[in-house]
Amino acid sequence: MMSSPTMHREEIALESPWTPKQHYLNMSYGVRSWLLTKDHKRIALLYLLSITLFFFVGGFFAVLIRLELMTPQGDMVQSETYNKLFTLHGVMMIFFFLIPSIPAVLGNFLVPMMIGARDLAFPRLNLASWYIFVIGALFALGSAIFGGLDTGWTFYTPYSSIYSNTNVVSAALGVFITGFSSILTGLNFIVTIHKMRAPGLTWFRLPLFIWAHYATSLIMVLGTPVIAITMVLVILERFFGVGIFDPAVGGDPLLFQHLFWFYSHPAVYIMILPGMGVISEIVACFARKRIFGYRFVAMASLAIAVIGFLVWGHHMFLTSQSVYASMIFSLLSFLVAIPSAIKVFNWTATLYKGSVSYQTPMLYAFGFIGLFTIGGLTGLFLATLAVDIHVHDTYFIVAHFHYIMVGGMVMAYLGGIHFWWPKMFGRLYPEGWARFAALVIFVGFNLTFFPQFVLGYLGMPRRYHVYPEEFQVLNVMSSAGASILGVGYLIPMVYLIWSLKYGHVAGPNPWRAAGLEWETPSPPITHNFESTPVVQRGAYPYSPEEVQVV
Amino acid sequence: MWSGFPLFPETASTVAGRIDNLYFFLVSVTAFFTLLIFLLVFIFALKYRRKSETERPRPITGSFFLEFIWIGVPLVITLIMFTWGAVLYFDLARPPKGALDIYVVGKQWMWKVQHPTGQREINELHIPINRPVRLTMATEDVIHSFYIPAFRIKKDVEPGKYSTLWFEATQTGEFHLFCAEYCGTRHSLMGGKVVALEPKQYQAWLSGGAADETLEEAGARLFQQLGCVTCHRADSGARGPALEGKFGKPVLLSSGETVIFDEAYTRESILNPRSKIVAGYPTVMPTFQGQISEEGLLQLIAFIKSLTPRQEGNQ
Repeated sequence: MMSSPTMHREEIALESPWTPKQHYLNMSYGVRSWLLTKDHKRIALLYLLSITLFFFVGGFFAVLIRLELMTPQGDMVQSETYNKLFTLHGVMMIFFFLIPSIPAVLGNFLVPMMIGARDLAFPRLNLASWYIFVIGALFALGSAIFGGLDTGWTFYTPYSSIYSNTNVVSAALGVFITGFSSILTGLNFIVTIHKMRAPGLTWFRLPLFIWAHYATSLIMVLGTPVIAITMVLVILERFFGVGIFDPAVGGDPLLFQHLFWFYSHPAVYIMILPGMGVISEIVACFARKRIFGYRFVAMASLAIAVIGFLVWGHHMFLTSQSVYASMIFSLLSFLVAIPSAIKVFNWTATLYKGSVSYQTPMLYAFGFIGLFTIGGLTGLFLATLAVDIHVHDTYFIVAHFHYIMVGGMVMAYLGGIHFWWPKMFGRLYPEGWARFAALVIFVGFNLTFFPQFVLGYLGMPRRYHVYPEEFQVLNVMSSAGASILGVGYLIPMVYLIWSLKYGHVAGPNPWRAAGLEWETPSPPITHNFESTPVVQRGAYPYSPEEVQVV
Repeated sequence: MWSGFPLFPETASTVAGRIDNLYFFLVSVTAFFTLLIFLLVFIFALKYRRKSETERPRPITGSFFLEFIWIGVPLVITLIMFTWGAVLYFDLARPPKGALDIYVVGKQWMWKVQHPTGQREINELHIPINRPVRLTMATEDVIHSFYIPAFRIKKDVEPGKYSTLWFEATQTGEFHLFCAEYCGTRHSLMGGKVVALEPKQYQAWLSGGAADETLEEAGARLFQQLGCVTCHRADSGARGPALEGKFGKPVLLSSGETVIFDEAYTRESILNPRSKIVAGYPTVMPTFQGQISEEGLLQLIAFIKSLTPRQEGNQ
């Protein structure tokens, strides 16, 4: 069989769709078999359930925010409530949805399968990561329920350490605990990618999804301890007034910002790199081409991870940070834009002379490329020192990071979910509905967030409950867009769940995609592969020449 | 709700136009590349759409030349952005000489302003146009950020530090004043308006607001009340250094270092006197932490700034 893996794949593609009798979903039944599972695929599904919950909790807060901002007066909820809404929206979405989203769900499911392994290197640790994540999330939810949290997701001192009357400690503990889940997942991926690649699967034969997850894991392992330390210091400060961030006893509130952004800026790349990995897989499959400039795209991921650690000071151009430090941070921030540009250009070039089809995952990839381009380019405004003075802490920055986080990462996540859904569950979703939802999300997203760029340059500060009347029209547009976006997110919920039972049987490889994960049955068997595959080609062997090489 | 639906902010300071120019440059570059990518994706997706399920495109692995182009061109463009932005930022960081000094204290949730002639206002700032104004700002509690969109300027105000911000208004009128750094419950209400007046009207406004004493007078009163005057005297038996004519000049410390006698050093010496002792003087000064407000500190500084070597009021 190993003599011709391609033939093997071709045969599968031509066979009528089938589902294996035994696979990871029906190997065993009962709650215990899920809660004590060590199968990376089942753990991925545990994450899928939990982060979907947090996505809708965070989304619910966003709905209330947009409803409140329909009018300038601040008449729906009180200021205290409004501040809690945007804080919890941020905390839920960032720490409990975006950071785990692609790595913990798709990464968990696919990293072992893409490299021809039976599982991650440390399956028990993987399960522990999920439990730690859930415990952290419970603390954060506890904070939301008991006392709320009104510090903004950024927890700036001395507001968070001395002045806020809300439940900062519980939320900070939640972030602290969840961080360990991130660290352990990152560690697991790094070891797995180093040690468990199938025979013949050299570094430059790896799918770009793996490169992206490798870079992401580096950030998780190296950056997350810093946010953990920061959260511990905030808690100590609240309980004992140790004074690290309190100038009255010789501390400095700015130290918090340095520590916080030292993690939280790289964390932005935790939230986008895996998305870039997903897009590379989708573009290659639906253009039926190898990714243009494969090595450049792979190295760009590492470059982003490394340079991303050196730009945190661009969040502090308006503080007492020295003018010269700000200049260096500005310069480095421009440099980190280059690898992102490399990726966008290479994806675009991949379409050239390809065989492009417009199935749902590809629609999300198109959406990602467009929205990420806008999000990335508007980042240049914020890296530009003099312009940042005006747009810092306004809706401009809100629009910018939503273009990256929602327009980029959530698009990529949904694209990835649609791409690998047939692999995960063995069923196809209704393609018409899925394309429709992708379109609704794209339109709703732009209507929600594009007006916010204008609002920001007009000078509307972020985190404002009450705002001047002349900003109302743009805010109403944004809220209208948000309602469309909300519907757009609900549609896939319905048809994806529907498809679990009623969807057409997908077969092992409905997209005729390359990649080891597609050489397994759908859903895969518990140990992924009947026998360890041997790899003889580079990634994305979609073209005839490469096939004949075998 | 349609009453006034602006798409671009007013341009009412000397720097606003310069920042807008840079902004337009960025918008043009962004629009160009966004359209380029959109167009290429659109054209490629359409032209190379899948015509049959069996087609196999020829492989194209990449091109060093193209990679070089799309690394090099963005690099050059971003370096232009960086340089332009940095030069302008550097200018904005240095207040021009001879600026009108106004003192601002932020607290949850108001901006308290003191004019040198003693007028005080809350959540309003009256200023003359066509004259540089320098704000020296402090906060009594959390971080705030002083923001006037029409002037395109903003600066964080951090606990324990003075921040300065300068601008020169070019248009009369009323403009929004915001707090841009989230500071708690009523953050969105911490603000009001900047009223830019013709210099004559500004003078009229100053004389209209009945101030009991100027900022310097208030500072002089504090200097007496807090007992500063007992040690900081110009005679030979003084236990503390005389302050006349020293402000803005370098001071030699007992540690051998030299610091500039500026606002920050004055503040630190009042609140935490033992950290930087002037060479040749004993470490005897007690801290005044808790005894003086941020506004009082700014009054004292205004007073100390005004002291000339031949000052008569404090023998």
